[in-house]
Amino acid sequence: MTFLELKDLRIHFPSDDGLVRSVDGLSFRLERGKTLGIVGESGSGKSVTSLGILGLHKGGRAKISGEIWLDGEELVSASAEHVRTLRGKKMAMIFQDPLSAMHPFYTVGAQIVEAYRIHHDVSKKVARKHAIEMLDRVGIPQPDRRVDSYPHEFSGGMRQRAMIAMALSCDPELLIADEPTTALDVTVQAQILDLMRDLQRDFNAALIIITHDLGVVAELSDDILVMYAGKAIEYGTSEDIFERPEHPYTWGLLGSMPRLDRERTERLMPIKGSPPSLINVPPGCAFNPRCVYGDRTGGRSTTEVPELLESEGGHLVRCHLSRDERRTVWENEIKPNLEAS
Amino acid sequence: MVTYIIKRLIGALIMLAVVSMVTFAIFFVVPRAAGATADDFAARYVGKSATEETVGNLADRLGFNDPVIVQYGRWVKGIVAGAEYDTGAGVEQCPAPCFGYSFISHQPVWHDLLDRLPVTVSLASGAAVIWVLAGVATGVLSALRKGSVFDRAAMGVALAGVSLPVFFTGIVSLVVFSYGLGITAPGGSYTPITENPVDWAYNMILPWITLAFLYAASYARLTRAGMLETMGEDYIRTARAKGLPERTVIAKHGLRGALTPIVTIFGLDFGLLLGGAVLTESTFSLNGVGKYAITAILKNDLPQIMGVTMLTAFFVVVANLVVDLLYAVVDPRVRLT
Repeated sequence: MTFLELKDLRIHFPSDDGLVRSVDGLSFRLERGKTLGIVGESGSGKSVTSLGILGLHKGGRAKISGEIWLDGEELVSASAEHVRTLRGKKMAMIFQDPLSAMHPFYTVGAQIVEAYRIHHDVSKKVARKHAIEMLDRVGIPQPDRRVDSYPHEFSGGMRQRAMIAMALSCDPELLIADEPTTALDVTVQAQILDLMRDLQRDFNAALIIITHDLGVVAELSDDILVMYAGKAIEYGTSEDIFERPEHPYTWGLLGSMPRLDRERTERLMPIKGSPPSLINVPPGCAFNPRCVYGDRTGGRSTTEVPELLESEGGHLVRCHLSRDERRTVWENEIKPNLEAS
Repeated sequence: MVTYIIKRLIGALIMLAVVSMVTFAIFFVVPRAAGATADDFAARYVGKSATEETVGNLADRLGFNDPVIVQYGRWVKGIVAGAEYDTGAGVEQCPAPCFGYSFISHQPVWHDLLDRLPVTVSLASGAAVIWVLAGVATGVLSALRKGSVFDRAAMGVALAGVSLPVFFTGIVSLVVFSYGLGITAPGGSYTPITENPVDWAYNMILPWITLAFLYAASYARLTRAGMLETMGEDYIRTARAKGLPERTVIAKHGLRGALTPIVTIFGLDFGLLLGGAVLTESTFSLNGVGKYAITAILKNDLPQIMGVTMLTAFFVVVANLVVDLLYAVVDPRVRLT
């Protein structure tokens, strides 16, 4: 049985301007011990998806449909109270900016102790010992002293480590990291990614990494899901996405990634335009206004919403171009450019 | 921490010294600048029938002819070490802290103030408990049910509370609850809590509620705004992601963040009130410091007026000090240096 499976998840928010389709029919599966990278620009629905899995939209304005299966339990139809008891224990989350994500008025230790004691009936003393162990585990020096520090007394990297310690304190089976390294220095980013990889191996958790940075997922992910306007537009193994990407948007993401092995004189190739409004999604393919290959689809890209179809061996692509066309473009036009230097 | 406290204490003392100078200047230097003579000051201390000679003698005895700085020194010395007033008809003792001696009531001002203080402290602390509880609770509920009927109603009442003066709400509540329904005391009586706590509360309940209404209203608005802000913070999402029950998220994580400005305002409001709730005390005929101040002003009793002014200043300065120290407890990001 699949550990985590999303089936046609839709999360819509009614607003004064109309219905915001933040997540619009998303499906994926993830096994224990595996890592899924969800990649997309701001507003593509990645964070909404992760909060949706945790059930944090329940009781709010969001309209949620579809299915979220976690270890044999369906969460969309489950009661808010039941999902709450799973939160923190069965599934946990690491947030983007650890300074604002940790309460400024409580010590780091107190916040870990709190997370632990919600799900474990132990004394404060035992929980504190556990908190110190967790801080030690994530590589914080002098954890028995730092446990009484406040978040603002930590450096950015240390704070993110503490945040990870907090998320892992109840030994969750699913860990979602929402832009875990975005707020950090580049040097610290690598350390945090290493740490997450090690911990995931130790805990054998299923890990979802949400990011706009393909470089981050390249290091860690088994599978990668590229999101655009609330939908998956390409989904495959890490190798599929990096070695033989088939969607023009993915090509764009790869082209806009700064790389050390390229000449400094070479310009990045950013994707032109900006992500579409989630209220008035462009008709046809949501990416068509920014797609340079749209005219090769015989007009279908502006009238018909493309299906997410299998290209080869589980590699799914949502594009009107035929598989052969996509491969030709990749091999002849995109890949040589990316590798040129 | 200790250095910080010492620094703040010294700062508070300097503040008090400055306040005393300003107070003294207002009552002794400004009138002089406006043309008042030593005899004019002395004239306030004797009856209207006194001859010019008597007035001149008294001005000498009480030192109104001395340089201002000497007079100020004598006044401060009185506060610290006590003083004696030689009126010619006998020497009046004024033990430390001597805030002056009223020749109208023939009492040291401090003695009067000590008499009135329990009333004012009772009024202020009882009302404070009510307004903090009611204001914060209303604010939290309003914030959580933003836009609901409760929120609109509560904020409407809060607007009324901020806008309506105490002498209006006080009199209306007296008419309704004391004279109409007969369930509260008609005002004007005070029983010390040490004598009979039930009577104390019975007599004070209406003044408490009236005074609390005024403050609860602004506290409710302040809490509501604070809660709306903190409940949108990232750390609230983190708290929920941990699996905390919503109650804990609101009380421990949300309210804690929203309370910081409340603590500041409360310190200042409470400190100021200890110097006398003038309107409330007058409306309910309570013999507190506020009513004492009004009477002193109406009688033009200079020592009394100055005494009340200094007492109020003292409470405000102390309240500020307490708030500063509390701030470090409430918000650990504040460094005490």
